[in-house]
Amino acid sequence: MNAHDLDPLHEPRALIELVNVEKTYPGAEQPAVRDLSLAVREGEILVLVGPSGCGKSTTLRLINRMIEPTSGSIIFEGADVTNTDPNKLRRQIGYVIQQIGLFPHRTIAENIGTVPRLLKWDKKKTAARVNEMLELVGMDPSIYGPRYPRELSGGQAQRVGVARALAADPDVLLMDEPFGAIDPITRDRLQNEFLRLQAELKKTIVFVTHDIDEAVKMGDRIAILREQSIIAQIDRPEVILTDPADDFVENFLGSGAILKTLTLNRVRDLDLAPVPPVLPGASRTQALAAVEESSSGVAILLDAQEHPVRWVDRRSLDNAAKPIEQAGRSVNVMLQPEDTLQDALSAMLQTSTGMSVVVDGRGRYLGCVTIESLASLLVQTQNGAA
Amino acid sequence: MSGIESWFEYLSKRWDLVASTLLETLGYVVSVTVAAAIVAITVGVLTRNRAFPRELSLAIASVFLTIPSLALFTIFIPVVGLGFWPSFIALFLYALLPILRNTVTGLQGVDSSIVESAKGMGMTRLQILFKVELPLAWPVILAGIRVSAMLTVGISAIATLVAGGGLGDFIKSGLARLPLPNSLEAIWTGVILSLLLALAIDSSMRGLGRLTTSAGVRS
Ligand SMILES: Nc1ncnc2c1ncn2[C@@H]1O[C@H](COP(=O)(O)OP(=O)(O)OP(=O)(O)O)[C@@H](O)[C@H]1O
Ligand SMILES: [Mg+2]
Repeated sequence: MNAHDLDPLHEPRALIELVNVEKTYPGAEQPAVRDLSLAVREGEILVLVGPSGCGKSTTLRLINRMIEPTSGSIIFEGADVTNTDPNKLRRQIGYVIQQIGLFPHRTIAENIGTVPRLLKWDKKKTAARVNEMLELVGMDPSIYGPRYPRELSGGQAQRVGVARALAADPDVLLMDEPFGAIDPITRDRLQNEFLRLQAELKKTIVFVTHDIDEAVKMGDRIAILREQSIIAQIDRPEVILTDPADDFVENFLGSGAILKTLTLNRVRDLDLAPVPPVLPGASRTQALAAVEESSSGVAILLDAQEHPVRWVDRRSLDNAAKPIEQAGRSVNVMLQPEDTLQDALSAMLQTSTGMSVVVDGRGRYLGCVTIESLASLLVQTQNGAA
Repeated sequence: MSGIESWFEYLSKRWDLVASTLLETLGYVVSVTVAAAIVAITVGVLTRNRAFPRELSLAIASVFLTIPSLALFTIFIPVVGLGFWPSFIALFLYALLPILRNTVTGLQGVDSSIVESAKGMGMTRLQILFKVELPLAWPVILAGIRVSAMLTVGISAIATLVAGGGLGDFIKSGLARLPLPNSLEAIWTGVILSLLLALAIDSSMRGLGRLTTSAGVRS
């Protein structure tokens, strides 16, 4: 699913190619994009990252010909599309921008159905597809379909933006800082959701950001751009982090490059510690048995939806005056499999035990990760890279 | 006899005349507003992406409003004669500015990211105009049309001076006969009916606005 999981001898074919593309805006003295050649491989997330004004958006917008290149050519699915009908091309390419740009006068369902309607799908097929898309991004079609964009939160609007871009099932998705205007917690959740989605959909994605952490988290490959969209380095994130090509890249990565290797691995790469769950309605004796059996001396109390609610240990259960639903400490921080080890580390540091709970996309208990498992994975990775 | 009673008596003897002049004024309002809306919206749409022609057309439309109405009504008589046409042309020129101004404002108020995403999904320029820009600018444009319609009700009273008919007839004949009997009643008839007509048009256009504006952008 990640490009680096694939056999390097079987390099996937390039779905999009920019060949010696140059763009000079009217009236500008210098080109915004200079002699850029870039291939986007089928099924990968290629992240374009670089300082503000280096030409990331310009590069992205050249691909779906929102702007026309001054020279050079654009190859899409093997065909030169530099001079074809741009509207036809755009209907085959999903496009998500930071401001999202939902149509305020249209319902969510109509917004998502925009491209299918342009492609003249019949009403039934469009409606079915709209529902499918809303479910895909975790929104109930019967609730959200008839609503208008102004009735959505920022995170929901962003999900609808993605659903709208995916509606006509394009092979390619262009995303320009899609999570840029969202608070950090929601952004993290949307990134995780999006990675889960991508694992299923396997689209070819070009993703623009100016945030190196987001680039490392989202990218199968990262292109670090300098002024005029000149590629300073393009490679897999772990190569860029451990072996920056030059000072520019090193500066751009910042001082925490080693720490950023924490964002290369995910919580799902960690071994889950055997922390037994205590089901709702369990007796004190059953809970104590679970704690006894646990190597770490703690157990996790679940609610009826299998959501973890409390950490319990022997001492907290000994206090017979308290019902077990109130024993121990509440579970405040939870990780998901898509979270990075950086997220995991900061979660573990917030609990006194150095352990953190992992839940799936619906908040159901999966297990716990420990600071030891994190450390041993890091050691393994270091040895593997050396 | 009190003022109101004498006015009702005045009216009751002249229903036919009241109805026909009211219809004449209404005729001006409808024809002028429709014509001005077509022209002003077209100009506003055509110049929406170019500053110079846009500002020029706004300047021209503003100049019309500064010409004294008596002059504007009479200036075209040598060309089109007396009656409906000189009045229509003058009222039309007055009605342009509110609609043009609001069309320009409304179209400029459409968030550029909405147009960007419409373009990015492969909508053609015409589709973007008719399915995105105009529907979003519509409440503002309609407010301009409403102002023009109101303006036309008021200024059309001048039409009587160039034999153009309308509710102004009552005002003119009342003024000419002051202080003879029924002269005040005639003036009231012109003024009050104009006012009622304006109110009726205003509320029906607000209703039209609600019917033609998406719930997603209604305030
Ligand atoms: N429509 C335009 N007309 C003229 N110049 C432009 C236009 N759009 C961008 N530029 C210029 O081209 C250069 C690259 O801009 P671009 O928007 O591609 O940068 P970016 O990397 O996306 O920056 P940011 O991270 O701030 O979004 C900048 O110098 C910018 O001023
Ligand atoms: Mg940008």
